[in-house]
Amino acid sequence: MIAVIDYKAGNLTSVMKAVRAVGAEAVATSDPDVVMRADKLVLPGVGHFSATTFLEERGLRPAIEERVGAGIPFLGICVGLQWLFAGSTEAPHTAGLNAFAGRCERFAEGIKVPHVGWNSIQVSESRLLQGISSGAFVFFTHSYRAPIVNGTVAVTEYGLPFTAAVERDNIMGVQFHPEKSGAVGLQILENFVRLP
Amino acid sequence: MSLTKRIIACLDVNAGRVVKGVQFVDIIDAGDPAELARRHAEAGTDEIVLLDITATHEGRGTLVDAVKRTAEQLFIPFTVGGGIRTVEDAAAIFDAGADKVSINSAAIARPELIEEIGRRFGAQAVVIAIDARRAHGATQPVIDAEVFVNGGRKPAGRKALEWAKEAESRGAGEILLTSMDADGTRTGFDCELTARVSDAVQIPVIASGGAGTADHFADVLLEGKADAALAASIFHFGIANVRELKEAIARRGVPVRLPC
Repeated sequence: MIAVIDYKAGNLTSVMKAVRAVGAEAVATSDPDVVMRADKLVLPGVGHFSATTFLEERGLRPAIEERVGAGIPFLGICVGLQWLFAGSTEAPHTAGLNAFAGRCERFAEGIKVPHVGWNSIQVSESRLLQGISSGAFVFFTHSYRAPIVNGTVAVTEYGLPFTAAVERDNIMGVQFHPEKSGAVGLQILENFVRLP
Repeated sequence: MSLTKRIIACLDVNAGRVVKGVQFVDIIDAGDPAELARRHAEAGTDEIVLLDITATHEGRGTLVDAVKRTAEQLFIPFTVGGGIRTVEDAAAIFDAGADKVSINSAAIARPELIEEIGRRFGAQAVVIAIDARRAHGATQPVIDAEVFVNGGRKPAGRKALEWAKEAESRGAGEILLTSMDADGTRTGFDCELTARVSDAVQIPVIASGGAGTADHFADVLLEGKADAALAASIFHFGIANVRELKEAIARRGVPVRLPC
């Protein structure tokens, strides 16, 4: 069972629909006990980085840390990817998971923000992005971007290059919205749900 | 790698049925928004907007059921507009599977609605639709372009540029700008008005009204400085195959999602 973590940031409908469309059983939950029983975790989310404080308030963070530590696959989407980093200048006092070093920052002045629309990604070796070619288009909508780090497996460019996807062992994240990226996005979600 | 310009198909819906004709020859039910949206997505359209065109003046709510059925098999961005007046109205549309709501008259009547929806669902989920007409007879007809509400029937007493800036400052994620002068003419978008609005705000601007040819799209995405262009009837009547349209505007130097 895949637990899609509901931390009241935006709506989960699209993610639930897409995960089910690729054949997985998914439940939306804010309950740490359900997280503890899940064999995969998805942390979706659009909106403000500070919304992730909900994870602390509800005791979800320790449950996620324990399950991720036990090696189950974890996929963060959009703010869910940003939460894998140390933090974000959007909410300086809210700590991320710190699985990847560095902080997310707002796009620089001089370009339109948010970065909304279809942009292409440059892909390197990755289980999550298996079968996805460099140049594939995916849908983004965000105002803050994650730095390029050791675990970066896809890069895109808007103003400057930034991380479109990260992966280290069982910890994965995508800045774009696979649930809104047509066939390419569904392929990525299918890769995730088929991970052992 | 660069952000592509979006081609958006608009489905005008009345009582849960798409109006304005047929766009795919082999379609089973030309009036079903769910089937039309799915076909548009398969054809390479970047985004779908479903607009309940009769909602405001007849006081009808947006058709949640049509939204739900349309969202069920749609895995590209999906915006719904028409008759959304409160956060609760918007919540019902998001629950039904929409990614963004488009607000027009209700935001003019009560601009705080932009903040209220943005706080709960994120700024990216709030599209402010502006129906604007050039101020004919004024010395600066474009700069002084006026906003109309209730499906273009009533002047709002606001200037389009000022309203766009206010919407942005209140946290709108995008502007959907329809030129009432150009709408329905198929003689091209109002590039001058679109460029003015696009320059006035930092958020993306979707141009609407006047699409007739591929060149019109290229014009508004280049000279008009639009981030996306929307059309309805050009797709409905089978004039534009989305892929061919994108190939044509790519030849003009516009970055688009191809292959799609």
